Amino acid sequence: MIEILESRKNQVYENGKDTYELACDKASAAGSVSQRACVFCGSRVVLYPITDALHLIHGPIGCAAYTWDIRGSMSSGPELHRMSFSTDLNEQEVIYGGEKKLYAALTELIDRYQPKAAFVYSTCIVGLIGDDVEAVCKRVQKEKGIPVLPVHSEGFKGTKKDGYQAACEALFKLTGKDDRTPVSKISINILGDFNLAGETWVIKEYYRRMGIEVVSCITGDGRIDEIGRAHRASLNVVQCSGSMTYLAKMMEEKYNIPFIRVSYFGIEDMSSALYDVADFFKDPQVDEDTRKLVYDEVSNLLPELAEYRKKLTGKKAAIYVGGSFKAFSLVKALRHMGMETVVVGSQTGNPDDYEYLKSITTEGTILCDDTNPLELSKFILEKGADLLVGGVKERPIAFKMGIAFCDHNHERKIGLAGFVGMKNFAEEVYRSVTSPVWNYSPARLKLRKVTKAEPEKQVVGLGGV
Amino acid sequence: MLLRHTPEEVKERSSLTINPAKTCQPVGAMYAALGVNRCLPHSHGSQGCCAYHRSALTRHYKEPIMATTSSFTEGASVFGGQANVLEAVTNIFNLYDPDIIAVHTTCLSEVIGDDLTQILNKAKTDGKIPEGKLVIHANTPSFKGSHITGYSSMVASFIQNFAEPTETKKMQINLLPSFVEPSDMSEIKHIAELMDVKYVMLPDTSDVVNGPMDGKFHMYPKGGTPLEGIKSMGASTKTIAMGRVGTLAAAKLLDTKLKVPYEMLDLPIGVGATDAFIEALRKAAGASVPAELMVERGKYIDVMLDMNQYTSGKKVSLVGDPDLMLGLAAFCKENDMQVLHVVSGTKPGSKFEKRIKEICGDDVIVKTGPQADMFYFHQLLQNDKPDLIFGNTYCKYIARDMDIPLIRVGFPIYDRIGHSYFPVTGYRGGLHLLDQVLDTIMDRQDRDALPEKFELVM
Repeated sequence: MIEILESRKNQVYENGKDTYELACDKASAAGSVSQRACVFCGSRVVLYPITDALHLIHGPIGCAAYTWDIRGSMSSGPELHRMSFSTDLNEQEVIYGGEKKLYAALTELIDRYQPKAAFVYSTCIVGLIGDDVEAVCKRVQKEKGIPVLPVHSEGFKGTKKDGYQAACEALFKLTGKDDRTPVSKISINILGDFNLAGETWVIKEYYRRMGIEVVSCITGDGRIDEIGRAHRASLNVVQCSGSMTYLAKMMEEKYNIPFIRVSYFGIEDMSSALYDVADFFKDPQVDEDTRKLVYDEVSNLLPELAEYRKKLTGKKAAIYVGGSFKAFSLVKALRHMGMETVVVGSQTGNPDDYEYLKSITTEGTILCDDTNPLELSKFILEKGADLLVGGVKERPIAFKMGIAFCDHNHERKIGLAGFVGMKNFAEEVYRSVTSPVWNYSPARLKLRKVTKAEPEKQVVGLGGV
Repeated sequence: MLLRHTPEEVKERSSLTINPAKTCQPVGAMYAALGVNRCLPHSHGSQGCCAYHRSALTRHYKEPIMATTSSFTEGASVFGGQANVLEAVTNIFNLYDPDIIAVHTTCLSEVIGDDLTQILNKAKTDGKIPEGKLVIHANTPSFKGSHITGYSSMVASFIQNFAEPTETKKMQINLLPSFVEPSDMSEIKHIAELMDVKYVMLPDTSDVVNGPMDGKFHMYPKGGTPLEGIKSMGASTKTIAMGRVGTLAAAKLLDTKLKVPYEMLDLPIGVGATDAFIEALRKAAGASVPAELMVERGKYIDVMLDMNQYTSGKKVSLVGDPDLMLGLAAFCKENDMQVLHVVSGTKPGSKFEKRIKEICGDDVIVKTGPQADMFYFHQLLQNDKPDLIFGNTYCKYIARDMDIPLIRVGFPIYDRIGHSYFPVTGYRGGLHLLDQVLDTIMDRQDRDALPEKFELVM
């Protein structure tokens, strides 16, 4: 059996074998090689795609350096979000406070770039040295006449999820500003898509074809003015529910906007997302346009997928991603390609999420919360996965072990959302799983020897050496 | 277009860093610790720090980067991180079984005043550290220095904790390279080995962050300075340190604490600096310079001469870490290029500017420190446009905006892979770097040539 930290034992669960409730929502054990990040990271990734806002990071240089343009959130206009601004606090300011510096930096930047709003991210030490960031923001907001929003994202104050919440609180303050611009009755906000590789644009185009107005995208290719009228949309459509449900709930309470959760990954989830949105409006034209859209897209897609399915059927996948909602879609999408998921985990899943994961995976599938590379590599070996779907820190682990990899995180360069995204996903998985380089992989060479010696023995998994 | 946000006019800034030309200390400490065999870096701070550093190093090296974290919570930030360290130490030795844990601090743990010396002593007296296992630390608050000083502090901590005093010296040389690539570490070893010099190099990230694919995930790759080697550094007759900012702390410790005198050199980049390194090795170890090394030198100089007309007079701007800047400046001058600008986010001490001017002449603009960022660098270039930029990946925005070719060198490089495998140090590194420069210059010449001037033989 796999060696797991005592304090983590109930964060790992084998479907069909274990009976306890999988533990999650807890801080990582000190000393583990956690793949998780911090509160600041959560806030930063959510707010980052707002292209016409100023993002100033108040703290020592590292937090600004590591988040400088690392997330491929595309803009159709302004590029201010891709710059890195830091107060670069030094020892003096740690002792005497950084408020003066923050004020000077903020006013200088606002004068220079005339942004529509400014976000000020507090990093770990800001709370400790006692800077009143709120007061500085208020003062600058008054002087400069734009929203200046403190984001309470001190890294140690919780997990990435708490960072999402801090970001949502800042976003909420930007809503309810514009009551004049005409907004259609048949209108939505897209919440929780970050326009990685232009995915928001794909989704927006679907809604356009369905005759639905997209009032704002929060936050992919985001604009402050659009968020200002978001409160007048009829429905909030929430993807990446881990990060955005909080905002949707606040908007529901204050503006009476209902919300639904969707996922844009995979055929089933993408189709039900569009149907669910259409259902909400009870408009025959929208219904018809939606049916036509889904029919056209799926009929184009299926023959192409069938080719990949032929090649991929029987392969096994491991999934380790940030949000569990994405994991649901991936399990289903992979099944569509003939692949079973044998390991699945997330950084931020909650008990309901893991219950659902249990229900859509098969006996023997390992579920893990907040896992680490050593565990992950052992699960992969034990279960004989051929593919790992994950993020930047997981990629080299997969390749070193001799199994294929698909980035489903910041660093995807091809859109994976929408029907076209499903095709891209299948193609990317196919290319990685069937790469000719594997012919030279020591893991495979060994495997080949084994199979030659015992031709009747069924070979399971590439990593299973 | 990104970085059209940079105006030409240079205004003094004091409160603001825009597009930094440095990052924080802990990532340097983590990198240094990876260069010790079976050592696991441990980040004493919030989870995010460790995740960011691992991501940054993973993006740069395309390798698994293993490090653990104290996973600070709100409670730890009030009551101190001692409990986290004690729990972490237990967990790490139980599960990951390293020989050494190298703890580095962060801004958070420094501000709350965690005393790592005391905490680690407690870990020891409480019996949390198994027999034969070791835990050390370096203080690397993010509000001081940069990734280079973090690297330097971690290397010094290895010396401080492990190097043993001896009565008798042995014929062995200590080599201390500044923050350079694993390929450069290999090249430095290659030179010492060709000369048959017995050496200990600290750290040594070759075969750690550029290891082969062998079908297995190794928590501890085979490379890295062995602990026994570090222990014996006190018995060496001499230390050759390469790059003042990254190595002075360790070199001084070896000198004062263990009576091993040091010689401070620049990084061996270019002919002159490589000659100086070989000469220092020769003298220190009483070694002779083998013919093979002279052939490497001869080949590089041969290419320098063959291609001098293409490099001669080219204007270049450099941005990056101080020790690397000195090496690159020398490399450029040797190839008769004119260095216009040298910018580094790291404050290197007073000697730096003087040394740069000695190499490049008095006209070169040198700026270091917090406001010596990529934004400022871009402004300098707008006011005096060079033919080539030397710098890390983040220079690509400037390169694109101004249509200036970029030679990627330094940290981080997220969009190319060569740095892990092909050095810039030594004669072979010089040849490789010059090859890159020539490819770049000639591609540009071809791209821009009028049809009648587009020539087969250039």
